Formats: sequence, structure tokens, C-alpha cells
Amino acid sequence: MEYIISVLLSGISVGGQYALIAIGYTLVYGILRLINFAHGDVFMVAGLLGIYLTATLPITVSLPLVIILTVLLGFIIERAAYKPLREAPRMSVMISAIGVSYLLQNTATYVTGGQPMTYPTISFLSDTVNLFGTQTKWVVIITPFLVLFLVVCLSLLINRTKVGMAMRAVSKDFETSRLMGIKINSVISVTFIIGSALAAVGSILFFTNYPAITPMSGAMPGLKAFVAAVFGGIGSIPGAVIGAFIIGICETIIKGLPSSWDVSVFSDAFTFALLIVILVFKPQGLFGEAATDKV
Amino acid sequence: MKQSNKNVKIFFGILILLLFVILLENISAFIPGLPMVFDPMSPLFTVLKKAAVYSLVAVSMNLLNGFTGLFSLGQAGFMLLGAYTYAILTVPSNMKDQVYYLFGGCAFKFSFVDLFGMIFGSTGVGGAVSMILGCLLAMILAGCVAGFFAFLIGFPVLRLKSDYLAIATLGFAEILRAIFQWQRLGPVTNGANMIKGFPTFSSFNITAPSGAVILRLSTFVPFLITSICVLIIVLLINSSYGRAFKSIRDDEIAAEAMGIALFKHKMLSFVISSFFAGIGGALFAMYVANAQAKAFTSTMTYEILLIVVIGGIGSVSGSILATFLYVACSEWWLRFLDSELYIGSFKVPLLRNGFRMVVFSIVIMVIVLFFSQGIMGSREIDFSGLFKKKTPIKERKQDQ
Repeated sequence: MEYIISVLLSGISVGGQYALIAIGYTLVYGILRLINFAHGDVFMVAGLLGIYLTATLPITVSLPLVIILTVLLGFIIERAAYKPLREAPRMSVMISAIGVSYLLQNTATYVTGGQPMTYPTISFLSDTVNLFGTQTKWVVIITPFLVLFLVVCLSLLINRTKVGMAMRAVSKDFETSRLMGIKINSVISVTFIIGSALAAVGSILFFTNYPAITPMSGAMPGLKAFVAAVFGGIGSIPGAVIGAFIIGICETIIKGLPSSWDVSVFSDAFTFALLIVILVFKPQGLFGEAATDKV
Repeated sequence: MKQSNKNVKIFFGILILLLFVILLENISAFIPGLPMVFDPMSPLFTVLKKAAVYSLVAVSMNLLNGFTGLFSLGQAGFMLLGAYTYAILTVPSNMKDQVYYLFGGCAFKFSFVDLFGMIFGSTGVGGAVSMILGCLLAMILAGCVAGFFAFLIGFPVLRLKSDYLAIATLGFAEILRAIFQWQRLGPVTNGANMIKGFPTFSSFNITAPSGAVILRLSTFVPFLITSICVLIIVLLINSSYGRAFKSIRDDEIAAEAMGIALFKHKMLSFVISSFFAGIGGALFAMYVANAQAKAFTSTMTYEILLIVVIGGIGSVSGSILATFLYVACSEWWLRFLDSELYIGSFKVPLLRNGFRMVVFSIVIMVIVLFFSQGIMGSREIDFSGLFKKKTPIKERKQDQ
């Protein structure tokens, strides 16, 4: 029983961390129709920034700084790698995203020397707490609440503010919203800024729970978060969050199955199997709008 | 008449290229005192072998992404299937227990090389014949297994459009990687451990009974196989199927209206591309002398995709040219970036392990952003001009 609770708890927390990344994917896809392959690597870079900054600065300064620098990175990536290709075919933008991902991974390898880096213990988050008879870290309990809080804030931003309205308009129709006087480029930048900020928060929560960061450790969470976004219906924020929680929980359950079954190697594969099943049977995802192609 | 004349020219062009490769490989044995570059151990031959392998995979990916317009990212998965099929079928029977010692021997007790060995004998010329036939059969089967899986995967996946297709094929590659690392399949796949001991490129060197090498063929073999495969792909692209592929790429709806069976042709392209990716995987296993699921990550697919983009999406000769440049830069010409360099007492800044790849990815980004056509765009190097104009040897080698 205690084992089940601990598996579920960590599943929920992993799911929450995926949710924060998945929102970045879903927002960008909703507006640019682009799978931002570099998003997972932005997440990894945020983790590395956390390591380097906390080494020299106190936590209270370094954590906000991590978020600010990650936001800056996301902004620069959009301006440098995606904006010049606004009129290009979708495939070129996606290739550019893969190129950025490659660049970030290689730069990270260069800076870290390819060694796994240990994430610093953030005093409050890493403290253990006793819940229903299981030992767990505070981060596990905080994550879902923090995610819910951020999602509510984001929904308010999108539904109640002018920027949010502009974002919705751009995601419906690029050309028309431009004619309505919306500055497309700044709306897209805002999208990347929000996505990167959430990825930075996600990285702080995610890596507190993991022993080490390597240059490749962003790729897999990134892909899973994307699957979560597709699962929930791409472009839908509640969908992405629910999808991420489901994937996080399923993954931890698979990892937690008796080791004599030897199935833990499938924890990543399961996510992709889920993706394919969803794409085949309900391509618009749980909450997505069905897209129609006009000839 | 003109067409057949051209084909003859291409055929002789490839023949000359292959002879040239053999010459290049063996020249150091006959003429002592040549520069180090011609030494069989020099990076030149590593580059040539690896580039020959990668160019086949790049061309197969180009067939799908560039000529049919299906943006698939599953190439590493199909290479994995090919590599494992080849490895499992050619590890000699007497090596199996040693390779699979963790699982108490292999589920496949036979090896193609040994099967042919029973017919032709296992030593001398007979041994060579049986090894060549065994490897060839295993390689073709490697392609078939990859093609068959592509056929199965194609049913659900090929309904999807652009980026969904990309992510679904990427997902399949990841699933395959997980399955091949599953300990329960250990007797077949050796679990998460590598399979080794099968014939590699250097097994094709002709050696005297004493072990001394008489004629090196280790670079020639990948060139030969890649040439044949690329030739088949080019013939396919120039056939009516190829024109159907291109029309699907340019406008799916118009192609369908013109009576092209969309699904059938997409499937055909997907299966054929995977078939050659499977053969490429087998060649890759021979190149690195082991088969291990860990190597076939999505990063590998990205690398090949970037090569295709650098060469020009929709250009076979561009892909090949780009592969040779890419591999030569990453394995040889830019190696110096990875080690610290002193000019006099001045230490050149930034140079340190990993810098090569940073420079490399910046170059790639520049190409992607500012030269989206790549080296060749969708043009091809004209083969028929090969004999009239004098082309530099390097280029001829690269565009076979």
C-alpha cells in the first residue's frame, strides 16, 4: 500500500513537471504549427544554468535568474532560428528546430565537458517529509499544486488579457489577425517567453528529483511532454496538463512494476505507443479541435 | 540510344570509382614512403568507410523526405533492425556461446556464413565464397526485415500528415530501441549488451595464410554495396514510380486527382527507403564492428536528416556529397578543434574537447537558415559530363 502511494505520488510529480514543459509545446504548436524540438533542450539548459548559478550565487538570487536567462534563451532562439523562416515551408522550420536542439546539446557538452552534473540541493524542496507512512521529498508534494496555480494564471492570461486575446487570434488565423493590427512577432515572442519560463520552473522541480544532468537529459522529457501535448489535444492547455499527468503516472507505474518482469526498459516506449494509438484513433487528442484541410 | 549510352557511361564511372578506391587502399603497400594519409590506418579510410555507409542511409532518407515528401524520422530504428538482423545471422556458430554468455547461448544456433561453409568449405577460397554469400544474404535479409517492419508500421503511420508523421516514426524508432534492449529477448538480441564477432569490413581483406594482408578490400566493400544500392534508388526515382513520388511531394491532392494511388505509393516509398536503411544499418554494424541498440538514437536520425538538408532535399548526388563533407569534417578535418593548440606560446582560446561539434552545429544552423537549398538544391550532378569535362578526383569520388 505504502509502495503504491509512493509510486503514485512520484507519478503525479513527474506528470506535473512534464505538464510545465508540455504547455510550452502546446502554446508554440497552437500558434506556429511547429514542433519546437529545441524546447526539451531549453529545459536542459535551464537545469545547467541552475547548477552554475547556484554555485556562485545564493538560491534566492539564482533561481529567479535561471528563469530570466531561460526566457532570454527562448526569446533569442525564436528570433534567430524561427523568425527568418516565417514564410518558409513548415518542414524547414522543423529542421531549424532540430538544428537548434543539436546546437544546444553540443554546446552543453562543450561547456560541461560531457560529464554528468549534479543538481544542487535546494534546501526546502529537497527536504523529506513523511506522508501516509512514506518518505518523500517536498518537491513531490509541491509540484502538482504549483502546476495547478501556474495553469490557472496562464488560463487567466489567455482568456482575460489583451495579449491572451491576441494569442488566441493568431492561433486561429495568422493573416487575418495581422490585418486586425496584431503584431504577430511580439505575440509569438510572448508565447516563447511563457513557454521558456514554465520550462525553467519545470527544470528546477524535475532535476531536484534526479541525480544528474547530462546534455542529453532534455531530449527524452521534451519528447514525452510533446506526446502529452498531443495526447491532450495540441493547442489546448488543460489537455496538455491532463495528458502530462496521465503519462507521468503511467510511466512511474511501469518503472515501479516488479523488477522480475524486466519491463522498466519500456517506460519510454510506452509513451510513444500511447502517442501512436492516440494519433491513429483520435488524432485531435482528448480536447483538441478537429482540423479540416481546405483545398 | 542516347539513354543507354548514358547508362553505360554511369556504369563505367562507378567501375572506375571502385577501382580507384581499391588502388587508394593498397597504394601504400606497393609504393613505400608515401605520406601518412595513405596508410591503411589513416583517418582517410575511416572517413571513406563511414561516409559510404552514411551516404546510403542519407540517400534512403532523401528518397522518403526529399522525393516523396514524407517527413519521417524513423531512420535510426530501421538501421537498428538491419544491424541486428545482420549481426544475429552472421555471428559464427562457434562464437555464439561466447557472445551470448549472459543468456546461455543464442536462440539462433546457425550462422549463414557457416551454412555456406558447409557447401563451399570454410577455408581458403571456399571460405571466402561462403563468407561473401553469407554476408550478402544476411544483408539482404536485414533490408527485408526493416522493410517488413516499415510495412507494418506504415498502416497506422502513413495516414498522418507532416509533423505528426515525424513524431510517430520517431516514436516507433524509440519503441524498437526499447524492445531490443529488453532482457527477456536476450537469447536473440543479447539484451542491452552488444553483439560482436560477426564479419566486418576488414574481414573482406584478402590475406595470406600467415595473416599478412595481400589485398585490402575493407573500404572497397562499403563503396561497392552503397554504389549498387544508390544506383537502384536512382533508377527507381527516374522510373514512373519516382515521378509518382515526386507528384505526391509537390501536391498530394493533385496527384490523387491524376489517378495516383496515394497510400500505395507512400507505402512503397516508405518500405523501399526502410529496406535500404536496413542495409545501411547492416553496413553500420560492420563499420563499428558491433551491434548495440544504444547507438541508434534519435540523435543519429537528426544527424542524417541534417546531412540530407545540407546536401539539398531532393538531390541524390547532393546527399552523397554532403555525407562525405560532413563525415570528413567531423572525423578528420575539424578534429584539431578538439585539442588545445599553441601558436608559439599563445594558447588559442576556446579549443577544447567538444568545440568541434559546437562549430559544426553553428555551421549547420547557418546552412539551414541562410542556404535552405543546401549544396545542390534539387539539382543533380550531371554524370554524362563526367568524361568530357575534367572533374577533380575528389568530386568524382563523391558523386558516383
